[in-house]
Amino acid sequence: MAFHKINITINGGLEQVVVPSNMTLMQMLRENLALTGTKNGCSAGECGACTVLLNGEPVNSCMVLAVECDGTNIVTVEGLAGDQQLDPVQEAIIQSGGVQCGFCTPGILISARALLDRNPDPAEEEIREALVGNLCRCTGYVRIIESVKAAAKV
Amino acid sequence: MAEPKVENSTSPVGESKIRIDAREKVTGAAIYADDIQFGNSLLHARIKRSPHPHALIKKINSEKALALPGVKAIVTGQDFPGYIGLYLKDRFFFCRDRVRYVGDPVAGVVAVSEEIAEKALGLIEVEYEILEPVLDPEYGARPEAPLLHPDLGKYAVASFIFPQPGTNISNHFKIRKGDVNGAWEKCTAIVEHKYRIPHIQHVPIEPHIAIAKVDEAGEITLWGSSQSPFAQRNLIAQSLGISPGKMRVIAPYVGGGFGCKAGVSMESLAVAIAMKVKGRPVKLLLTREEEFFTAFVRQGLTAYFKMGCDENGRLLAMENTFYWDGGAYTEYGVNITRAAGYSSSGPYEVPNVKTDSYCVYTNHPVGGAMRGFGMPEIHAGLEQCIDELALRIGMDAVEFRKLNCLKTGSTLVTGSRMHATGLSQCIEKTAEAIGWGKKAPPSAPNKRRGKGMALMWKAPAMPPNAGSSAWVELAEDGTLNVGVGGQEIGQGVFTVAAQMAAAALGVAYESVRIAAPIDTRYSPYEWQTVASRLTWSMGNAIVNAAKDARKQILDIVAEAWDETPDDLNIVNGVVISYKSEKEIPLKNLVIYGLPKPGDQGWRGGPIIGRGSFMPTYVTGLDAETGQGERAVVHYTTGAQAVELEVDLDTGRIEIIKGVSTFDIGKAINPELVEAQMEGGFVQGMSSALFESLQLKDGVLRNPSFVDYRIATSSDIPKDLQSYIVEVPQDDGPWGARGIGEHSMVPTIPAIANAIYDAVGVRLEGPPFTAEKVYLAMLDAGIVK
Repeated sequence: MAFHKINITINGGLEQVVVPSNMTLMQMLRENLALTGTKNGCSAGECGACTVLLNGEPVNSCMVLAVECDGTNIVTVEGLAGDQQLDPVQEAIIQSGGVQCGFCTPGILISARALLDRNPDPAEEEIREALVGNLCRCTGYVRIIESVKAAAKV
Repeated sequence: MAEPKVENSTSPVGESKIRIDAREKVTGAAIYADDIQFGNSLLHARIKRSPHPHALIKKINSEKALALPGVKAIVTGQDFPGYIGLYLKDRFFFCRDRVRYVGDPVAGVVAVSEEIAEKALGLIEVEYEILEPVLDPEYGARPEAPLLHPDLGKYAVASFIFPQPGTNISNHFKIRKGDVNGAWEKCTAIVEHKYRIPHIQHVPIEPHIAIAKVDEAGEITLWGSSQSPFAQRNLIAQSLGISPGKMRVIAPYVGGGFGCKAGVSMESLAVAIAMKVKGRPVKLLLTREEEFFTAFVRQGLTAYFKMGCDENGRLLAMENTFYWDGGAYTEYGVNITRAAGYSSSGPYEVPNVKTDSYCVYTNHPVGGAMRGFGMPEIHAGLEQCIDELALRIGMDAVEFRKLNCLKTGSTLVTGSRMHATGLSQCIEKTAEAIGWGKKAPPSAPNKRRGKGMALMWKAPAMPPNAGSSAWVELAEDGTLNVGVGGQEIGQGVFTVAAQMAAAALGVAYESVRIAAPIDTRYSPYEWQTVASRLTWSMGNAIVNAAKDARKQILDIVAEAWDETPDDLNIVNGVVISYKSEKEIPLKNLVIYGLPKPGDQGWRGGPIIGRGSFMPTYVTGLDAETGQGERAVVHYTTGAQAVELEVDLDTGRIEIIKGVSTFDIGKAINPELVEAQMEGGFVQGMSSALFESLQLKDGVLRNPSFVDYRIATSSDIPKDLQSYIVEVPQDDGPWGARGIGEHSMVPTIPAIANAIYDAVGVRLEGPPFTAEKVYLAMLDAGIVK
């Protein structure tokens, strides 16, 4: 197995990581960098729990090889909050009661952030569409959708 | 002396407090089992599974696998002869002589990486002698079916489960109430129906995971995503023949459970494998594919209903037969079939009932607890029959339900009396909110619109003496640390635990912490996080612990102030006297006590309160009649209604509106209760419209999220309403009963009844996919 040294900006900080060719971005985040907020729900790009921002776009990090990320900018759930305050989507999902078991929450928050970055005032249909790749089994999505609406107003 | 009024004004009980775990969950800081770091000593395990639904193991050759560099050990059933199971010990850790479902564990490999472990699986050679499988529960119950568990008569079993050795029936629960045969001739209308409910999966977004480590002295530590750390300690230790004290289970946040992480399943495999590589932690993480067919599934059901009423619409008789597809092992499932039996009348008063609920072994995946514990399955058919009967007698379905539903004091199917219940109010509120009796026009000419309602009841199904315990202790700053053994699986139990502890002691909710993760070495005992029982049972233990601490505090202060405890209260973390108007913050006394005047020593000391709770009044039921004094602790009741549209061109169902109303006694946190109602409705809707494990010859054909679809954000109704009715439970904390499971119980029949209202067709069972609905409409001549 070949190994590669890659440079990658993660949550605003530059990291240099040595990764094998077959390592996914999700594995690198969770195993090499202990950024375990990114969750592994299916390892098949189907549940959205491992969603991160890759150069501003939401991707299933289990479907991206780490070596492909050389020179890119990654944001994980750990990077959403500033030093002193939460991202509005984080604050809104707390206030709306959109968190239950919390396992899908990091991926939902990243997808919501990506939506609001490209469309600051989405219609409900657009919110539903943006979250369709993030499976949640607890909440029934109602309060998650409410929270994205609330965050858009901030 | 009367309870001081001021206490209520600061009580967080009844307020929609923000979840105690929300902040760590939105920042990615919350730790789940797979997030725990074990460093380089961690080894990885994979499981060799049976490809056959039913076969004898003739030979296992693992030499080649063991020779693969990086492989540390291989484990088979020969090393672990102990049976395991919750209500019926019918299972080994690894198969020993026989495999009973596709996926049954045959061997375990532990290696330095998952890849090597996976590769080694392919090198293990297993020789099987293939046997005829049982793939249908009705067939399986017949004498001519192949016997799957010849040793059924030797298995250890709970006293309230009735296996039939020599058959595949692992439990036969009977109700014989009144005279059913004599009642039919008095009926003006009778309906009879057969319904089939498919197997479904819980689909937590977090797959099952267990990490086990065994030290040189044989002490076992198990980290896992678990609803049942204490039951796992006890059951795994029993099976290994060791003391439960040598087994420690550490259970961080659970990323969704819904019942599949209750009892013991794959955790025992991780422990068994770790015993071969002492000193090294061993991780076993199920793939999503394995999650679909090797974790507990919801049992399939074939149900026959017959029910009749008199000319006034009063229910006179029911005769119900349930054949449960329990799967290869029914160690947990047997109690689902019992619960279905003692709840088989639905939430109705029926004078004559005959029920046979059979738990049948099949060569299908292992059935286990799932949200609702048999109730969604039986209500699915029962509540459709109720609609049909109302139609037959010419009564409105809501009026029919109001007439027959359980009221306070009604005689239950088991012969005892119903406790205080607000079911009638639930029906009225739900009917009002859905606009019952008003028909809105469809949104397009090719659509038909309909409304449907269904009721439910459900009791916590558990051993009669399932217990809870709790402790509370205060820190130097007066903050409260609450020890519980019940698990946070998303339902919000840590939050309501904190609210109840704060209210019972007299401190602010914001000053409470829950001592987590649950660790059987430090946390107080809790039977399992199942059955929607924690708010009620663990809540009582917490209140008792807080009262214990409160008494210790007030006694010390009363002595110091030369007053009586009755004149004192704790309000917002401060002890106050209504008599002398003195006050002292808790932080000034809960660790160091209080000095006696004149430097004459001290009184008091660190405060720790303890409490426990166990129901003591649940009695057995007669094995032949199912009659008894008190079958269960209580029943939560409720109603749901839906409005939907059926597309005549495609058969596609769109749920437009959903309404839920449940009588939960008292909402400790109303928003959390509503969140349970919403999540349960959508899970129920998903099971009604989309979900089915497609088993062909015992092989699961759709083990992925692409082929097994669950509801997404685009599927949910635009209008989802939840209402709370509060008729207090006499022994619940502040009158509370559970809500977690109940919210998905009536959803399938509410949707089925609405489909009938819209287009006049009924299907044999869910999922009500577009294809099935369209074909049913074609059969009925509604579309051409």
